[in-house]
Amino acid sequence: MAAGGAHGGDTPREIEALIDLMARLPGLGPRSARRAVLVLLKRRGALMAPLAQAMAQVAVSARDCRICGNIGTSDICAICADDRRATGEICVVEDVADLWALERAGVFRGRYHVLGGTLSALDAVGPEELRIPDLIERVATEATREVILALNATVDGQTTAHYIADALAATGVSVTSLAQGVPIGGELDYLDDGTLGAALRARKSF
Amino acid sequence: MGLTIATLTLSHFRSHRAARMALDGRPVAISGPNGAGKTNIIEAVSLLSPGRGLRRASADELARRPDAIGWKIRAETAAPLHELETFAEGADSRQVRIDGKPAPQAALGRILRILWLVPAMDRLWIESAEGRRRFLDRMTLSFAPDHADAVLAYEKAMRDRNRLLKDMVSDAHWYVALESQMADAATRITANRHHALSRIAAAQQGAETAFPAAELALIGPEGEDIPEDLAPALAANRRRDMAAGRTLLGPHRADLAARYATKGVPADQCSTGEQKALLISLILANARALAADLGTPPILLLDEVAAHLDQHRRAALYDEICALGAQALMTGTEPGLFDSLGNRAQSFAVVEEGGMSKVSET
Ligand SMILES: Nc1ncnc2c1ncn2[C@@H]1O[C@H](COP(=O)(O)OP(=O)(O)OP(=O)(O)O)[C@@H](O)[C@H]1O
Ligand SMILES: [Mg+2]
Ligand SMILES: [Zn+2]
Repeated sequence: MAAGGAHGGDTPREIEALIDLMARLPGLGPRSARRAVLVLLKRRGALMAPLAQAMAQVAVSARDCRICGNIGTSDICAICADDRRATGEICVVEDVADLWALERAGVFRGRYHVLGGTLSALDAVGPEELRIPDLIERVATEATREVILALNATVDGQTTAHYIADALAATGVSVTSLAQGVPIGGELDYLDDGTLGAALRARKSF
Repeated sequence: MGLTIATLTLSHFRSHRAARMALDGRPVAISGPNGAGKTNIIEAVSLLSPGRGLRRASADELARRPDAIGWKIRAETAAPLHELETFAEGADSRQVRIDGKPAPQAALGRILRILWLVPAMDRLWIESAEGRRRFLDRMTLSFAPDHADAVLAYEKAMRDRNRLLKDMVSDAHWYVALESQMADAATRITANRHHALSRIAAAQQGAETAFPAAELALIGPEGEDIPEDLAPALAANRRRDMAAGRTLLGPHRADLAARYATKGVPADQCSTGEQKALLISLILANARALAADLGTPPILLLDEVAAHLDQHRRAALYDEICALGAQALMTGTEPGLFDSLGNRAQSFAVVEEGGMSKVSET
Protein backbone atom coordinates (compact mmCIF):
# COMPACT_ATOMS: atom_id res chain seq x y z
CA MET A 1 0.00 0.00 0.00
CA ALA A 2 1.18 3.49 -0.82
CA ALA A 3 2.32 5.88 1.85
CA GLY A 4 -0.44 8.34 2.69
CA GLY A 5 -2.40 6.24 5.11
CA ALA A 6 -5.97 5.23 5.57
CA HIS A 7 -7.51 8.18 3.80
CA GLY A 8 -5.92 7.15 0.60
CA GLY A 9 -3.90 8.63 -2.19
CA ASP A 10 -1.80 11.68 -1.67
CA THR A 11 -3.94 13.60 0.81
CA PRO A 12 -1.49 15.95 2.54
CA ARG A 13 -0.44 15.00 6.01
CA GLU A 14 -2.00 18.09 7.68
CA ILE A 15 -5.41 17.35 6.22
CA GLU A 16 -5.16 13.75 7.30
CA ALA A 17 -4.27 14.86 10.81
CA LEU A 18 -7.34 17.10 10.79
CA ILE A 19 -9.55 14.21 9.70
CA ASP A 20 -8.13 12.01 12.46
CA LEU A 21 -8.91 14.68 15.06
CA MET A 22 -12.43 15.18 13.74
CA ALA A 23 -13.06 11.43 13.84
CA ARG A 24 -12.58 11.55 17.63
CA LEU A 25 -15.70 13.66 18.04
CA PRO A 26 -18.81 11.87 19.25
CA GLY A 27 -21.09 10.85 16.41
CA LEU A 28 -18.34 11.14 13.80
CA GLY A 29 -16.56 8.13 12.36
CA PRO A 30 -13.70 8.20 9.84
CA ARG A 31 -16.13 8.52 6.92
CA SER A 32 -18.22 11.35 8.28
CA ALA A 33 -15.08 13.10 9.55
CA ARG A 34 -13.71 13.04 6.04
CA ARG A 35 -16.96 14.48 4.71
CA ALA A 36 -16.98 17.23 7.33
CA VAL A 37 -13.38 18.18 6.57
CA LEU A 38 -14.18 18.28 2.88
CA VAL A 39 -17.05 20.70 3.54
CA LEU A 40 -14.73 22.88 5.59
CA LEU A 41 -12.08 22.81 2.88
CA LYS A 42 -14.55 23.87 0.24
CA ARG A 43 -15.83 26.70 2.43
CA ARG A 44 -12.51 27.85 3.77
CA GLY A 45 -13.33 31.53 3.95
CA ALA A 46 -16.95 31.41 5.09
CA LEU A 47 -16.73 28.52 7.53
CA MET A 48 -13.31 27.08 8.23
CA ALA A 49 -11.47 30.25 9.15
CA PRO A 50 -14.16 31.61 11.51
CA LEU A 51 -14.52 28.11 13.04
CA ALA A 52 -10.78 27.86 13.62
CA GLN A 53 -10.75 31.31 15.13
CA ALA A 54 -13.71 30.58 17.43
CA MET A 55 -12.14 27.32 18.55
CA ALA A 56 -8.81 28.96 19.28
CA GLN A 57 -10.51 31.65 21.33
CA VAL A 58 -12.69 29.29 23.35
CA ALA A 59 -9.82 26.86 23.91
CA VAL A 60 -8.03 29.68 25.71
CA SER A 61 -10.97 31.23 27.54
CA ALA A 62 -13.01 28.15 28.58
CA ARG A 63 -12.91 27.21 32.26
CA ASP A 64 -14.78 25.15 34.79
CA CYS A 65 -16.79 27.24 37.24
CA ARG A 66 -14.98 27.15 40.59
CA ILE A 67 -18.27 26.83 42.42
CA CYS A 68 -20.50 24.49 40.43
CA GLY A 69 -18.32 22.85 37.76
CA ASN A 70 -20.32 24.30 34.85
CA ILE A 71 -18.22 25.15 31.82
CA GLY A 72 -18.03 28.84 30.96
CA THR A 73 -15.54 31.53 30.14
CA SER A 74 -14.92 32.93 33.59
CA ASP A 75 -13.87 31.52 36.95
CA ILE A 76 -17.45 31.82 38.15
CA CYS A 77 -20.16 30.91 35.66
CA ALA A 78 -23.09 33.16 34.73
CA ILE A 79 -25.52 31.11 36.82
CA CYS A 80 -23.41 31.25 39.99
CA ALA A 81 -22.78 34.99 39.41
CA ASP A 82 -26.50 35.76 39.06
CA ASP A 83 -27.99 36.74 42.45
CA ARG A 84 -31.52 35.99 41.23
CA ARG A 85 -30.57 32.33 41.10
CA ALA A 86 -29.75 32.19 44.79
CA THR A 87 -33.06 30.47 45.47
CA GLY A 88 -31.66 28.12 48.09
CA GLU A 89 -31.99 25.19 45.69
CA ILE A 90 -29.03 23.26 44.29
CA CYS A 91 -29.65 20.76 41.52
CA VAL A 92 -26.98 18.01 41.37
CA VAL A 93 -26.29 16.61 37.89
CA GLU A 94 -23.77 14.12 36.51
CA ASP A 95 -22.67 16.11 33.51
CA VAL A 96 -22.65 19.59 32.00
CA ALA A 97 -24.89 18.15 29.26
CA ASP A 98 -27.57 17.56 31.92
CA LEU A 99 -27.20 21.15 33.15
CA TRP A 100 -27.58 22.41 29.61
CA ALA A 101 -30.67 20.25 29.09
CA LEU A 102 -32.30 21.71 32.22
CA GLU A 103 -31.34 25.26 31.18
CA ARG A 104 -32.70 24.71 27.68
CA ALA A 105 -35.98 23.54 29.17
CA GLY A 106 -36.01 26.66 31.41
CA VAL A 107 -37.66 24.70 34.20
CA PHE A 108 -35.21 25.29 37.04
CA ARG A 109 -34.38 28.71 38.50
CA GLY A 110 -31.84 27.73 41.19
CA ARG A 111 -28.18 26.78 40.94
CA TYR A 112 -26.34 23.59 40.00
CA HIS A 113 -23.57 21.29 41.09
CA VAL A 114 -21.94 19.29 38.30
CA LEU A 115 -20.29 16.09 39.52
CA GLY A 116 -18.60 15.13 36.26
CA GLY A 117 -19.42 11.44 36.67
CA THR A 118 -20.71 8.87 39.15
CA LEU A 119 -19.17 6.99 42.04
CA SER A 120 -17.52 3.75 40.97
CA ALA A 121 -15.13 1.91 43.26
CA LEU A 122 -14.18 -0.40 40.39
CA ASP A 123 -13.16 2.54 38.21
CA ALA A 124 -11.46 4.32 41.12
CA VAL A 125 -13.90 7.24 41.01
CA GLY A 126 -14.43 8.39 44.59
CA PRO A 127 -16.21 11.34 46.24
CA GLU A 128 -13.19 13.66 45.80
CA GLU A 129 -13.10 13.08 42.04
CA LEU A 130 -16.75 14.12 41.92
CA ARG A 131 -16.30 17.23 44.08
CA ILE A 132 -18.77 15.91 46.62
CA PRO A 133 -16.85 17.48 49.56
CA ASP A 134 -17.26 20.84 47.74
CA LEU A 135 -21.00 20.24 47.52
CA ILE A 136 -21.24 19.54 51.24
CA GLU A 137 -19.35 22.74 51.95
CA ARG A 138 -21.60 24.72 49.59
CA VAL A 139 -24.68 23.45 51.37
CA ALA A 140 -23.25 24.69 54.66
CA THR A 141 -22.15 28.13 53.41
CA GLU A 142 -24.72 29.04 50.75
CA ALA A 143 -27.97 29.09 52.75
CA THR A 144 -29.35 26.02 51.02
CA ARG A 145 -32.93 24.80 51.57
CA GLU A 146 -33.05 21.93 49.13
CA VAL A 147 -30.67 19.70 47.21
CA ILE A 148 -32.31 18.13 44.16
CA LEU A 149 -30.61 14.97 42.93
CA ALA A 150 -31.06 14.73 39.16
CA LEU A 151 -28.96 11.61 38.63
CA ASN A 152 -29.51 8.73 36.23
CA ALA A 153 -31.42 5.64 37.32
CA THR A 154 -28.36 3.42 36.78
CA VAL A 155 -26.78 1.53 39.71
CA ASP A 156 -23.85 3.98 39.76
CA GLY A 157 -26.16 6.99 39.48
CA GLN A 158 -28.29 5.80 42.37
CA THR A 159 -25.26 4.87 44.49
CA THR A 160 -24.05 8.43 44.01
CA ALA A 161 -27.48 9.78 44.98
CA HIS A 162 -27.54 7.65 48.14
CA TYR A 163 -24.04 8.78 49.03
CA ILE A 164 -24.93 12.45 48.78
CA ALA A 165 -28.19 11.98 50.68
CA ASP A 166 -26.39 10.13 53.46
CA ALA A 167 -23.57 12.67 53.61
CA LEU A 168 -26.10 15.54 53.85
CA ALA A 169 -28.37 13.81 56.36
CA ALA A 170 -26.68 15.55 59.31
CA THR A 171 -27.09 19.05 57.80
CA GLY A 172 -30.88 18.98 57.92
CA VAL A 173 -31.19 20.26 54.35
CA SER A 174 -34.05 18.71 52.40
CA VAL A 175 -32.84 16.19 49.78
CA THR A 176 -35.16 15.37 46.89
CA SER A 177 -34.88 13.48 43.64
CA LEU A 178 -36.55 13.79 40.27
CA ALA A 179 -39.85 11.97 40.05
CA GLN A 180 -40.28 8.67 38.26
CA GLY A 181 -40.85 9.04 34.59
CA VAL A 182 -37.16 9.52 34.02
CA PRO A 183 -36.55 6.32 32.08
CA ILE A 184 -34.33 3.71 33.74
CA GLY A 185 -30.79 4.39 32.60
CA GLY A 186 -32.14 7.22 30.47
CA GLU A 187 -29.94 10.24 30.47
CA LEU A 188 -31.38 13.62 31.30
CA ASP A 189 -29.85 15.07 28.19
CA TYR A 190 -32.18 12.97 26.04
CA LEU A 191 -35.44 13.90 27.77
CA ASP A 192 -37.75 16.40 26.17
CA ASP A 193 -38.44 19.67 27.95
CA GLY A 194 -41.97 18.70 29.00
CA THR A 195 -40.84 15.46 30.64
CA LEU A 196 -37.98 17.24 32.39
CA GLY A 197 -40.30 19.92 33.76
CA ALA A 198 -42.81 17.34 34.98
CA ALA A 199 -40.08 15.25 36.62
CA LEU A 200 -38.76 18.34 38.39
CA ARG A 201 -42.16 19.58 39.59
CA ALA A 202 -43.09 16.15 40.94
CA ARG A 203 -39.81 15.67 42.79
CA LYS A 204 -40.03 13.74 46.01
CA SER A 205 -38.08 13.41 49.21
CA PHE A 206 -35.16 11.05 48.72
CA MET B 1 -49.58 -24.99 22.52
CA GLY B 2 -47.57 -21.95 23.50
CA LEU B 3 -44.66 -19.90 22.33
CA THR B 4 -42.27 -22.23 20.52
CA ILE B 5 -39.28 -22.03 18.22
CA ALA B 6 -40.32 -22.44 14.60
CA THR B 7 -36.95 -22.12 12.92
CA LEU B 8 -33.47 -22.34 14.36
CA THR B 9 -30.37 -21.39 12.39
CA LEU B 10 -26.80 -21.82 13.60
CA SER B 11 -23.96 -20.11 11.74
CA HIS B 12 -20.34 -20.89 12.58
CA PHE B 13 -21.49 -21.92 16.02
CA ARG B 14 -19.20 -24.56 17.60
CA SER B 15 -19.20 -27.66 15.35
CA HIS B 16 -22.02 -26.29 13.15
CA ARG B 17 -21.13 -24.23 10.11
CA ALA B 18 -24.62 -23.71 8.77
CA ALA B 19 -27.47 -25.68 10.29
CA ARG B 20 -31.15 -24.96 9.90
CA MET B 21 -33.97 -26.75 11.66
CA ALA B 22 -37.66 -26.17 10.97
CA LEU B 23 -39.66 -27.14 14.06
CA ASP B 24 -43.39 -27.70 14.23
CA GLY B 25 -43.97 -27.37 17.97
CA ARG B 26 -43.81 -31.07 18.85
CA PRO B 27 -41.00 -32.30 21.12
CA VAL B 28 -37.72 -32.68 19.26
CA ALA B 29 -35.63 -35.87 19.49
CA ILE B 30 -32.01 -35.33 18.44
CA SER B 31 -29.86 -38.42 18.03
CA GLY B 32 -26.36 -39.11 16.78
CA PRO B 33 -23.01 -40.55 17.83
CA ASN B 34 -20.74 -39.05 20.47
CA GLY B 35 -19.21 -35.79 19.33
CA ALA B 36 -21.71 -35.30 16.50
CA GLY B 37 -22.92 -31.89 17.70
CA LYS B 38 -26.19 -32.65 19.55
CA THR B 39 -25.45 -30.79 22.77
CA ASN B 40 -24.18 -27.87 20.70
CA ILE B 41 -27.68 -27.50 19.22
CA ILE B 42 -29.44 -27.27 22.55
CA GLU B 43 -26.68 -25.04 23.90
CA ALA B 44 -27.55 -22.68 21.05
CA VAL B 45 -31.19 -22.69 22.17
CA SER B 46 -30.11 -22.00 25.78
CA LEU B 47 -28.43 -18.83 24.49
CA LEU B 48 -31.86 -17.51 23.52
CA SER B 49 -32.24 -16.74 27.23
CA PRO B 50 -30.21 -14.32 29.39
CA GLY B 51 -26.87 -15.56 30.71
CA ARG B 52 -24.10 -17.74 29.37
CA GLY B 53 -26.12 -20.74 28.32
CA LEU B 54 -26.06 -24.35 29.50
CA ARG B 55 -22.27 -24.69 29.34
CA ARG B 56 -21.57 -21.24 30.78
CA ALA B 57 -19.20 -20.67 27.90
CA SER B 58 -17.68 -17.30 27.05
CA ALA B 59 -18.63 -15.77 23.71
CA ASP B 60 -15.28 -16.51 22.05
CA GLU B 61 -15.38 -20.25 22.87
CA LEU B 62 -18.55 -20.49 20.81
CA ALA B 63 -16.98 -19.43 17.51
CA ARG B 64 -16.39 -22.34 15.19
CA ARG B 65 -12.77 -23.44 15.05
CA PRO B 66 -10.68 -23.00 13.01
CA ASP B 67 -12.67 -20.30 11.16
CA ALA B 68 -12.98 -18.06 14.26
CA ILE B 69 -14.96 -15.46 12.34
CA GLY B 70 -17.72 -14.95 14.87
CA TRP B 71 -20.95 -16.91 15.30
CA LYS B 72 -24.66 -16.31 15.10
CA ILE B 73 -27.82 -18.01 16.31
CA ARG B 74 -31.13 -16.99 14.83
CA ALA B 75 -34.58 -18.20 15.79
CA GLU B 76 -38.10 -17.38 14.77
CA THR B 77 -40.79 -18.02 17.31
CA ALA B 78 -44.34 -19.02 16.47
CA ALA B 79 -47.49 -17.54 18.00
CA PRO B 80 -46.60 -14.71 18.40
CA LEU B 81 -43.91 -14.29 15.78
CA HIS B 82 -40.60 -12.85 16.91
CA GLU B 83 -37.17 -12.88 15.41
CA LEU B 84 -34.39 -13.49 17.94
CA GLU B 85 -30.75 -13.18 17.05
CA THR B 86 -27.68 -13.51 19.20
CA PHE B 87 -24.14 -13.33 17.92
CA ALA B 88 -20.58 -12.29 18.66
CA GLU B 89 -17.75 -11.07 16.50
CA GLY B 90 -14.10 -11.55 17.37
CA ALA B 91 -13.41 -11.05 21.05
CA ASP B 92 -16.56 -8.95 21.56
CA SER B 93 -19.23 -10.02 24.04
CA ARG B 94 -22.44 -11.47 22.75
CA GLN B 95 -25.07 -9.19 21.27
CA VAL B 96 -28.82 -9.62 21.06
CA ARG B 97 -31.30 -8.39 18.49
CA ILE B 98 -35.02 -8.82 18.90
CA ASP B 99 -37.18 -8.22 15.84
CA GLY B 100 -34.24 -6.58 14.16
CA LYS B 101 -33.47 -4.12 16.95
CA PRO B 102 -30.54 -4.30 19.39
CA ALA B 103 -31.78 -5.35 22.84
CA PRO B 104 -30.26 -6.13 26.23
CA GLN B 105 -29.78 -9.82 27.03
CA ALA B 106 -32.33 -9.59 29.84
CA ALA B 107 -35.03 -8.84 27.23
CA LEU B 108 -34.72 -12.41 25.90
CA GLY B 109 -36.24 -13.67 29.15
CA ARG B 110 -39.44 -11.77 28.38
CA ILE B 111 -39.93 -13.69 25.15
CA LEU B 112 -38.85 -17.29 25.73
CA ARG B 113 -38.86 -19.20 29.02
CA ILE B 114 -36.20 -21.89 28.82
CA LEU B 115 -35.21 -24.55 31.36
CA TRP B 116 -32.55 -27.22 31.02
CA LEU B 117 -31.10 -30.36 32.47
CA VAL B 118 -27.60 -31.46 31.44
CA PRO B 119 -25.40 -34.36 32.62
CA ALA B 120 -23.13 -31.93 34.52
CA MET B 121 -26.09 -31.31 36.85
CA ASP B 122 -26.16 -34.97 37.96
CA ARG B 123 -23.99 -34.01 40.92
CA LEU B 124 -25.93 -30.82 41.64
CA TRP B 125 -27.20 -31.94 45.06
CA ILE B 126 -23.80 -33.02 46.35
CA GLU B 127 -21.57 -30.31 44.96
CA SER B 128 -21.20 -26.67 45.98
CA ALA B 129 -24.11 -24.30 46.52
CA GLU B 130 -23.19 -22.34 43.39
CA GLY B 131 -24.72 -24.89 41.03
CA ARG B 132 -27.93 -25.13 43.08
CA ARG B 133 -28.19 -21.34 43.22
CA ARG B 134 -27.81 -21.17 39.46
CA PHE B 135 -30.49 -23.86 39.03
CA LEU B 136 -32.78 -21.96 41.38
CA ASP B 137 -32.20 -18.68 39.54
CA ARG B 138 -32.89 -20.32 36.18
CA MET B 139 -36.24 -21.53 37.52
CA THR B 140 -36.87 -18.13 39.11
CA LEU B 141 -36.12 -16.32 35.86
CA SER B 142 -38.75 -18.44 34.13
CA PHE B 143 -41.41 -17.00 36.46
CA ALA B 144 -39.97 -13.49 36.79
CA PRO B 145 -38.03 -12.18 33.78
CA ASP B 146 -37.14 -9.09 35.87
CA HIS B 147 -35.05 -11.35 38.05
CA ALA B 148 -32.14 -10.90 35.63
CA ASP B 149 -32.17 -7.12 36.19
CA ALA B 150 -32.27 -7.50 39.97
CA VAL B 151 -29.36 -9.94 39.92
CA LEU B 152 -27.31 -7.64 37.66
CA ALA B 153 -27.96 -4.61 39.88
CA TYR B 154 -27.08 -6.59 43.00
CA GLU B 155 -23.85 -7.93 41.53
CA LYS B 156 -22.80 -4.52 40.24
CA ALA B 157 -23.23 -2.91 43.67
CA MET B 158 -21.58 -5.87 45.39
CA ARG B 159 -18.51 -5.76 43.15
CA ASP B 160 -18.10 -2.10 44.06
CA ARG B 161 -18.51 -2.89 47.76
CA ASN B 162 -15.96 -5.70 47.51
CA ARG B 163 -13.51 -3.27 45.98
CA LEU B 164 -13.98 -0.86 48.90
CA LEU B 165 -13.43 -3.76 51.30
CA LYS B 166 -10.25 -4.87 49.53
CA ASP B 167 -8.93 -1.31 49.39
CA MET B 168 -9.77 -0.91 53.11
CA VAL B 169 -11.80 2.21 52.36
CA SER B 170 -13.54 3.42 55.50
CA ASP B 171 -15.93 6.05 54.05
CA ALA B 172 -19.20 5.02 55.75
CA HIS B 173 -21.40 7.03 53.34
CA TRP B 174 -20.06 5.02 50.44
CA TYR B 175 -20.85 1.73 52.14
CA VAL B 176 -24.33 2.94 53.08
CA ALA B 177 -24.97 3.95 49.46
CA LEU B 178 -23.91 0.59 48.03
CA GLU B 179 -25.52 -1.44 50.79
CA SER B 180 -28.88 0.24 50.32
CA GLN B 181 -28.69 -0.56 46.59
CA MET B 182 -27.75 -4.15 47.40
CA ALA B 183 -30.56 -4.43 49.95
CA ASP B 184 -33.15 -3.15 47.44
CA ALA B 185 -32.02 -5.67 44.85
CA ALA B 186 -31.74 -8.45 47.45
CA THR B 187 -35.34 -7.92 48.50
CA ARG B 188 -36.44 -8.36 44.89
CA ILE B 189 -34.17 -11.37 44.37
CA THR B 190 -35.38 -13.16 47.49
CA ALA B 191 -39.02 -12.38 46.78
CA ASN B 192 -38.65 -13.71 43.22
CA ARG B 193 -36.99 -16.89 44.47
CA HIS B 194 -39.67 -17.48 47.10
CA HIS B 195 -42.36 -16.91 44.51
CA ALA B 196 -40.79 -19.51 42.21
CA LEU B 197 -40.47 -22.04 45.03
CA SER B 198 -44.06 -21.58 46.11
CA ARG B 199 -45.33 -21.95 42.54
CA ILE B 200 -43.27 -25.13 42.12
CA ALA B 201 -44.50 -26.50 45.45
CA ALA B 202 -48.09 -25.84 44.38
CA ALA B 203 -47.52 -27.57 41.05
CA GLN B 204 -46.22 -30.67 42.85
CA GLN B 205 -49.35 -30.92 45.03
CA GLY B 206 -51.55 -33.73 43.81
CA ALA B 207 -49.81 -33.86 40.44
CA GLU B 208 -50.02 -37.09 38.49
CA THR B 209 -46.39 -37.80 37.82
CA ALA B 210 -44.00 -40.73 37.82
CA PHE B 211 -41.33 -38.54 39.40
CA PRO B 212 -40.85 -38.00 43.14
CA ALA B 213 -41.92 -34.73 44.75
CA ALA B 214 -39.18 -32.58 46.27
CA GLU B 215 -39.56 -30.25 49.25
CA LEU B 216 -37.52 -27.14 48.62
CA ALA B 217 -36.25 -24.43 50.95
CA LEU B 218 -34.16 -21.31 50.48
CA ILE B 219 -31.44 -21.12 53.14
CA GLY B 220 -28.31 -19.12 53.97
CA PRO B 221 -24.78 -20.48 53.47
CA GLU B 222 -24.74 -22.09 56.91
CA GLY B 223 -28.30 -23.34 56.68
CA GLU B 224 -29.69 -20.27 58.46
CA ASP B 225 -32.62 -18.11 57.35
CA ILE B 226 -31.90 -15.20 55.00
CA PRO B 227 -32.20 -11.80 56.74
CA GLU B 228 -35.37 -9.93 55.78
CA ASP B 229 -33.61 -6.57 55.41
CA LEU B 230 -30.04 -6.88 54.22
CA ALA B 231 -28.92 -3.27 54.81
CA PRO B 232 -28.45 -3.40 58.62
CA ALA B 233 -26.92 -6.87 58.36
CA LEU B 234 -24.37 -5.66 55.81
CA ALA B 235 -23.56 -2.60 57.92
CA ALA B 236 -22.98 -4.80 60.96
CA ASN B 237 -20.76 -7.13 58.94
CA ARG B 238 -18.37 -4.56 57.47
CA ARG B 239 -15.43 -5.48 59.71
CA ARG B 240 -15.78 -9.19 59.11
CA ASP B 241 -16.21 -8.63 55.37
CA MET B 242 -13.15 -6.38 55.29
CA ALA B 243 -11.07 -9.13 56.88
CA ALA B 244 -12.37 -11.54 54.24
CA GLY B 245 -11.98 -9.00 51.41
CA ARG B 246 -15.49 -9.76 50.15
CA THR B 247 -19.17 -9.75 51.07
CA LEU B 248 -20.01 -12.86 53.11
CA LEU B 249 -23.74 -12.29 53.48
CA GLY B 250 -26.53 -11.90 50.96
CA PRO B 251 -28.54 -13.63 48.24
CA HIS B 252 -25.31 -14.45 46.38
CA ARG B 253 -24.58 -16.95 49.17
CA ALA B 254 -28.04 -18.48 49.37
CA ASP B 255 -28.52 -22.20 48.91
CA LEU B 256 -31.37 -24.42 47.80
CA ALA B 257 -32.12 -27.28 50.18
CA ALA B 258 -34.10 -30.21 48.82
CA ARG B 259 -35.63 -33.28 50.35
CA TYR B 260 -37.16 -36.38 48.75
CA ALA B 261 -40.63 -35.71 50.11
CA THR B 262 -42.14 -39.15 50.63
CA LYS B 263 -38.95 -40.52 52.21
CA GLY B 264 -37.97 -37.39 54.11
CA VAL B 265 -34.38 -37.85 52.96
CA PRO B 266 -32.16 -34.86 52.02
CA ALA B 267 -31.38 -34.87 48.30
CA ASP B 268 -27.63 -35.27 48.78
CA GLN B 269 -28.26 -38.58 50.58
CA CYS B 270 -30.47 -40.02 47.84
CA SER B 271 -29.25 -42.58 45.30
CA THR B 272 -27.84 -41.36 41.98
CA GLY B 273 -31.03 -42.28 40.17
CA GLU B 274 -33.21 -40.65 42.83
CA GLN B 275 -31.18 -37.43 42.65
CA LYS B 276 -31.70 -37.29 38.89
CA ALA B 277 -35.41 -38.09 39.30
CA LEU B 278 -35.74 -35.15 41.72
CA LEU B 279 -34.25 -32.79 39.12
CA ILE B 280 -36.57 -34.04 36.40
CA SER B 281 -39.48 -33.77 38.79
CA LEU B 282 -38.63 -30.12 39.55
CA ILE B 283 -38.25 -29.18 35.89
CA LEU B 284 -41.63 -30.75 35.13
CA ALA B 285 -43.30 -29.06 38.11
CA ASN B 286 -41.79 -25.75 37.03
CA ALA B 287 -43.13 -26.31 33.53
CA ARG B 288 -46.63 -27.16 34.81
CA ALA B 289 -46.66 -24.04 37.01
CA LEU B 290 -45.63 -21.83 34.10
CA ALA B 291 -48.21 -23.42 31.84
CA ALA B 292 -50.84 -22.60 34.47
CA ASP B 293 -49.58 -19.03 35.05
CA LEU B 294 -48.89 -17.99 31.47
CA GLY B 295 -50.99 -20.40 29.49
CA THR B 296 -47.83 -21.62 27.80
CA PRO B 297 -45.24 -24.16 28.94
CA PRO B 298 -41.51 -23.31 28.77
CA ILE B 299 -39.04 -24.75 26.30
CA LEU B 300 -37.20 -27.69 27.88
CA LEU B 301 -33.66 -28.71 26.96
CA LEU B 302 -32.95 -32.23 28.15
CA ASP B 303 -29.44 -33.39 27.38
CA GLU B 304 -28.93 -37.16 27.66
CA VAL B 305 -31.86 -37.45 30.02
CA ALA B 306 -33.44 -40.47 28.33
CA ALA B 307 -30.29 -42.57 28.65
CA HIS B 308 -30.36 -42.44 32.45
CA LEU B 309 -33.95 -43.60 32.86
CA ASP B 310 -35.37 -47.12 32.81
CA GLN B 311 -37.91 -47.87 30.11
CA HIS B 312 -40.92 -47.22 32.33
CA ARG B 313 -39.67 -43.86 33.61
CA ARG B 314 -38.62 -42.84 30.13
CA ALA B 315 -42.10 -43.50 28.75
CA ALA B 316 -43.58 -41.59 31.69
CA LEU B 317 -41.32 -38.59 30.97
CA TYR B 318 -42.38 -38.53 27.33
CA ASP B 319 -46.05 -38.79 28.28
CA GLU B 320 -45.74 -35.90 30.72
CA ILE B 321 -43.92 -33.72 28.17
CA CYS B 322 -46.60 -34.45 25.56
CA ALA B 323 -49.39 -33.77 28.06
CA LEU B 324 -47.80 -30.40 28.86
CA GLY B 325 -47.48 -29.59 25.18
CA ALA B 326 -43.96 -28.40 25.87
CA GLN B 327 -41.40 -28.02 23.11
CA ALA B 328 -38.73 -30.25 24.65
CA LEU B 329 -35.47 -30.64 22.76
CA MET B 330 -33.93 -33.96 23.83
CA THR B 331 -30.64 -35.56 22.89
CA GLY B 332 -29.53 -39.19 22.94
CA THR B 333 -26.87 -41.28 21.24
CA GLU B 334 -29.37 -43.92 20.00
CA PRO B 335 -32.53 -43.10 18.01
CA GLY B 336 -34.10 -46.13 19.75
CA LEU B 337 -34.19 -44.16 23.01
CA PHE B 338 -37.01 -42.11 21.51
CA ASP B 339 -39.01 -45.01 20.06
CA SER B 340 -41.86 -44.76 22.51
CA LEU B 341 -42.47 -41.15 21.43
CA GLY B 342 -43.45 -42.40 17.99
CA ASN B 343 -44.78 -39.61 15.82
CA ARG B 344 -45.56 -37.48 18.85
CA ALA B 345 -42.07 -36.03 18.30
CA GLN B 346 -40.01 -34.64 15.47
CA SER B 347 -36.74 -36.53 14.93
CA PHE B 348 -33.38 -35.21 13.81
CA ALA B 349 -30.12 -37.03 13.18
CA VAL B 350 -26.78 -35.31 13.71
CA VAL B 351 -23.52 -36.64 12.27
CA GLU B 352 -20.02 -35.28 11.95
CA GLU B 353 -18.82 -35.07 8.36
CA GLY B 354 -15.53 -33.57 7.26
CA GLY B 355 -15.04 -31.67 10.50
CA MET B 356 -18.52 -30.19 10.71
CA SER B 357 -21.88 -31.25 12.08
CA LYS B 358 -24.68 -32.14 9.69
CA VAL B 359 -28.27 -32.03 10.88
CA SER B 360 -31.16 -33.69 9.03
CA GLU B 361 -34.74 -34.46 9.85
CA THR B 362 -35.55 -38.17 9.76
N1 LIG C 1 -15.76 -23.79 19.02
C1 LIG C 1 -15.80 -25.01 18.41
N2 LIG C 1 -15.44 -25.13 17.13
C2 LIG C 1 -15.49 -26.34 16.51
N3 LIG C 1 -15.87 -27.47 17.12
C3 LIG C 1 -16.26 -27.39 18.40
C4 LIG C 1 -16.25 -26.18 19.12
N4 LIG C 1 -16.68 -26.39 20.38
C5 LIG C 1 -16.94 -27.71 20.43
N5 LIG C 1 -16.69 -28.33 19.26
C6 LIG C 1 -16.83 -29.73 18.91
O1 LIG C 1 -18.18 -30.06 18.72
C7 LIG C 1 -18.26 -31.46 18.75
C8 LIG C 1 -19.65 -31.89 19.17
O2 LIG C 1 -19.93 -31.49 20.47
P1 LIG C 1 -21.28 -31.87 21.22
O3 LIG C 1 -21.02 -31.67 22.64
O4 LIG C 1 -22.42 -31.17 20.60
O5 LIG C 1 -21.40 -33.42 20.87
P2 LIG C 1 -22.60 -34.41 21.21
O6 LIG C 1 -23.22 -34.78 19.93
O7 LIG C 1 -23.46 -33.83 22.25
O8 LIG C 1 -21.77 -35.66 21.76
P3 LIG C 1 -21.99 -36.58 23.07
O9 LIG C 1 -22.94 -37.64 22.65
O10 LIG C 1 -20.64 -37.12 23.31
O11 LIG C 1 -22.49 -35.72 24.17
C9 LIG C 1 -17.14 -31.93 19.66
O12 LIG C 1 -16.31 -32.79 18.93
C10 LIG C 1 -16.39 -30.66 20.00
O13 LIG C 1 -14.99 -30.83 19.98
MG1 LIG D 1 -23.69 -34.20 24.28
ZN1 LIG E 1 -21.22 27.93 38.51
